[in-house]
Amino acid sequence: MAEMKILTKFIDDPRSNELEFYESVHGYDGMKKALSLAPDEIIEIVKKSGLRGRGGAGFPTGLKWSFIPKDIPKPKYLICNADEGEPGTFKDRKLIENLPHQIIEGMVIGAKAIGANKGFFYIRGEFNKGIDSMQKAIDEAYTKGYLGKNILGSGFDFDLVLYAGAGAYICGEETALINSLEGRRGHPRLKPPFPAVSGLYRCPTVVNNVETFSTVPHILDKGADWYSKIGTEKSPGTRLFSVSGHVKRPGVYEIELGTPLLELINDLCGGMLDDKPLKAVIPGGSSVPILTAEECKTANMDFESMAAHKTMLGSGAVIVIGEGTDLVETTYRFARFYAHESCGQCTPCREGTHWVRDLLHKIREGEGTSADLELILSLSRNMEGGTTICPLSDACVGAVRPTILKFRHEFEARLKDKAGKEEQIPAQTGV
Amino acid sequence: MSYQFSSESVSRLNKLLEMFPDKRSVILPGLYLLQKEQGYVDREGMEALAEKIGAPISLAQVYGVATFYTLYNKKPVGKYHIQICGTSSCYMRGNDKLEKHLCSRLGIELGETTPDKKFTLEEVECLGACGYAPMVQINDAYYENLTFEKMDEILKDLT
Repeated sequence: MAEMKILTKFIDDPRSNELEFYESVHGYDGMKKALSLAPDEIIEIVKKSGLRGRGGAGFPTGLKWSFIPKDIPKPKYLICNADEGEPGTFKDRKLIENLPHQIIEGMVIGAKAIGANKGFFYIRGEFNKGIDSMQKAIDEAYTKGYLGKNILGSGFDFDLVLYAGAGAYICGEETALINSLEGRRGHPRLKPPFPAVSGLYRCPTVVNNVETFSTVPHILDKGADWYSKIGTEKSPGTRLFSVSGHVKRPGVYEIELGTPLLELINDLCGGMLDDKPLKAVIPGGSSVPILTAEECKTANMDFESMAAHKTMLGSGAVIVIGEGTDLVETTYRFARFYAHESCGQCTPCREGTHWVRDLLHKIREGEGTSADLELILSLSRNMEGGTTICPLSDACVGAVRPTILKFRHEFEARLKDKAGKEEQIPAQTGV
Repeated sequence: MSYQFSSESVSRLNKLLEMFPDKRSVILPGLYLLQKEQGYVDREGMEALAEKIGAPISLAQVYGVATFYTLYNKKPVGKYHIQICGTSSCYMRGNDKLEKHLCSRLGIELGETTPDKKFTLEEVECLGACGYAPMVQINDAYYENLTFEKMDEILKDLT
């Protein structure tokens, strides 16, 4: 199989981040078309294309844009979420560093669609190279009249400001991001009201991911029908997958949605590192349930197939785990991540993530007992399903519980009261 | 005496204050300016920032923001701030071994600074470079696909 490059067609060109080069490959054509359309027409095209948000939740983009109230006197804001930080996820960074103009183009289209005259590019603070690349592109776009007042004589104004986050994973959650942009601690907000009604500075706001904005110009340029024919019926288009872990060629790959997971691993990523057998795959970032090697055989990379396997496509991060990997250690490290990143607002998350991490640490050190393992499972039931303001607590559960249930023997083998008695452990039921 | 921002930073702060509909938004970029000037953020600097932004922003609000975010150093760090990613994707490509190697090379434990104040070594959560692990961030730059040899070369260039 081969990649299907739409967003990333020119990503490897050494000049891909330059405006002149981007224009030479039909850059800003989609925006020019959008500027001649009415907002409703743009929203209709994006709706018809079937594009689903690429940040993790997969919410239909056109529908999100249509939620912005039309006739209210308040300003409207558009935000690009470039606070990529989920373990396993590193696809947006490549788009930011190499194709910043494609994102700006998508943002101008989005701004026109919702009637926003001001937008913010919220980028994670560690991405210094990306910050430089994006700021340069914004400056270039202003010079060329692609940003600012009366864009290309269309009568539409749009200002774009780059804003660097400061190392908080939670700010990838859209309401936490909005708080952060307002100069506050990144605490997620209760919903409703949703940002479309009351977001940044209490005004109607749309937040989309980098990859979502990068896709929009192509849809405007080539049409909704062209786009919706790629991929599967419910998951149209291509998707960027960032593959890490035990493969020969980790990296970012753009493939048609619906492609079998094993094709991605074996064909594009060159197969398993050191030709070790596959043990498991986390298909959508650390927060989504793990798939066993057996489950991977039937898994396709689209929203429906992942749901059928009781997991998610999430942020498009494929973490490939080879035989011989200590899953107690990897699970502990994921839990440690969520404990570190919990904002502390809600008790189930603040206490739960830390407690789970501590229990896993105990088990990892060979000091845990079967009661500790049961306690993790019991705790996790109180950390999910709406007990907290945002889904960070659920994400921790997603990173921990399915792994314990599917690979329980590995955890039990490390318990103090079971040390060296792996063979006596009874078979476990499924998830 | 209270902290004095450089004239360059003051003009940058003035520009920032015009850029946002609510001046409170200037707290994060303002803290970055402070950190750029002295390598870390402290009470005096935060007080000066709060004053520059003006009422109703108080020191308490600036402090509350600074302590929430990990990228603001609350105490001085070495000339080279080495941050090694400790998340699972990096672990699967050997970051734990690289971490031990770095500790022994620098003669310090994680979280410590060398006595000559040249290096601070820290383990951090996900740096978003999982496909190019193991990796470290040194000051503003990422160093990826590291081996012990490559790491040693980098350290040599920095000393």
